[in-house]
Amino acid sequence: MWQWFHRLASPRWFYQASGKFLPWISMLGLFFISLGLVWGLGFAPQDAKQGNSFRIIYIHVPSSFLALVGYYIMAAAGAIAIIWKIKLADMVMKAAAPIGAAFTFVALLTGAIWGKPTWGTYWIWDARITSMLILFFLYLGVIILQSSYEHKGLSSKAAALLALVGTVNIPIIYKSVDWWYTLHQPATIRFTEAPSMHPDMFQPLLVMIVGFYFLYAIALVASIRVEILHRERRTKWVQDLVFTNKNNDP
Amino acid sequence: MNTGFMVIFRRDLLVAIRHRGDLANPVIFFFIVIVLVPLGLTPESSKLSEIAPGILWVMALLASLLSLDSLFQNDYDDGTLEQIIILPQPLYFMVLAKIIVHWLVTGLPLSLLAPILGMMLSLPDAGYPALVLSLLMGTAILSLLGAVGAALTLPLGKEGLLLPLIVMPLYMPVLIFGANSVQLAINGFSVIGPLATIGSLLALSLIVAPYVTAGALRLSIQG
Repeated sequence: MWQWFHRLASPRWFYQASGKFLPWISMLGLFFISLGLVWGLGFAPQDAKQGNSFRIIYIHVPSSFLALVGYYIMAAAGAIAIIWKIKLADMVMKAAAPIGAAFTFVALLTGAIWGKPTWGTYWIWDARITSMLILFFLYLGVIILQSSYEHKGLSSKAAALLALVGTVNIPIIYKSVDWWYTLHQPATIRFTEAPSMHPDMFQPLLVMIVGFYFLYAIALVASIRVEILHRERRTKWVQDLVFTNKNNDP
Repeated sequence: MNTGFMVIFRRDLLVAIRHRGDLANPVIFFFIVIVLVPLGLTPESSKLSEIAPGILWVMALLASLLSLDSLFQNDYDDGTLEQIIILPQPLYFMVLAKIIVHWLVTGLPLSLLAPILGMMLSLPDAGYPALVLSLLMGTAILSLLGAVGAALTLPLGKEGLLLPLIVMPLYMPVLIFGANSVQLAINGFSVIGPLATIGSLLALSLIVAPYVTAGALRLSIQG
């Protein structure tokens, strides 16, 4: 069991294994996303009030999902890297930060584009939008901290600590922003989403969410592979050292 | 009482008192930026009183943020920090002592000055107790969370903007509950709820923040 675990955590093993399964998840991702896009944009019925503009939901909702999930994946990888000092977890964390930030940005951007026809403005200080923006800042903090250290080992540990503090903070931020919003409920604009979506609209959304999970996985695995190559290339002697020291390496 | 805690507490307090100039900086900053508000906006007291709770809280937050650089930097530069870390004493308590001293010389004076500045911004009478109470507890949270950021950015030297960037998102809940508790008090509502929430955030960060800060400080001397 432990041997298997250590093998999984070795960058070289991961690089070889991921090379084999990456094409498969890429194909699955492509399948789900194209199915969801065609179904959602082309065949799902129009919304009674918003017409065709609601269709941006098929990008907006999945990317919001992944924005939040991505932070927890990043923080979990950071925790694993700190506690068990597993190199691969370290690389996962480093790769996950910009990807998560990108999904958060897409969620914010599509939200703004969607807001214009629906509420007549690109930006309102809605509770969910504000939380999303703060989440984006949290991601930025991790990325900036990571990139400003010159010492590679320190940078990921520092960023992991920050990500963990952020993880504790996220529920607090969400609750506090919710509370703040109920205090200052603006009278003019209300976020009136249909409480239950029609199945015809909901099914393509589900497909898109699955597709976005695959997209996230593809982006993550691809970045990790680049990160592995990058680190091993820059320090050739460390690479040799790592491989001679690892007893249970193939 | 924990000896490491007492030693660091007395030393840091002494160092802070000997540097009187640095001591006054956050307070003077707070004072000056509050003066900027009527100049940039309007001297009309009805408008000022409307935005006073938020402005006071945001500016106090910035003043506390600006003073974070000094928390560990000098000790790091002259090697004292390494000596502190290798002491056979729990680092948690020594970090806590440093943070408490930081609060005593920034958060406490800011909270006590706030009513005077509130008066200048014509803050309604009902807001004062909530303002002072929320600032007293809130600035303590800011010092605790800020210490995490200060420790994480320590090996990077004086990076200026980096520390605020990583710390400010963490500050937002404190700001929300702090500023809105003052607003609620002015509008005649009970502020027990938000103040209790700030208190619970303070309790949580008292437990977590010194611990994470200690970990980050251990990291910083490895580089």
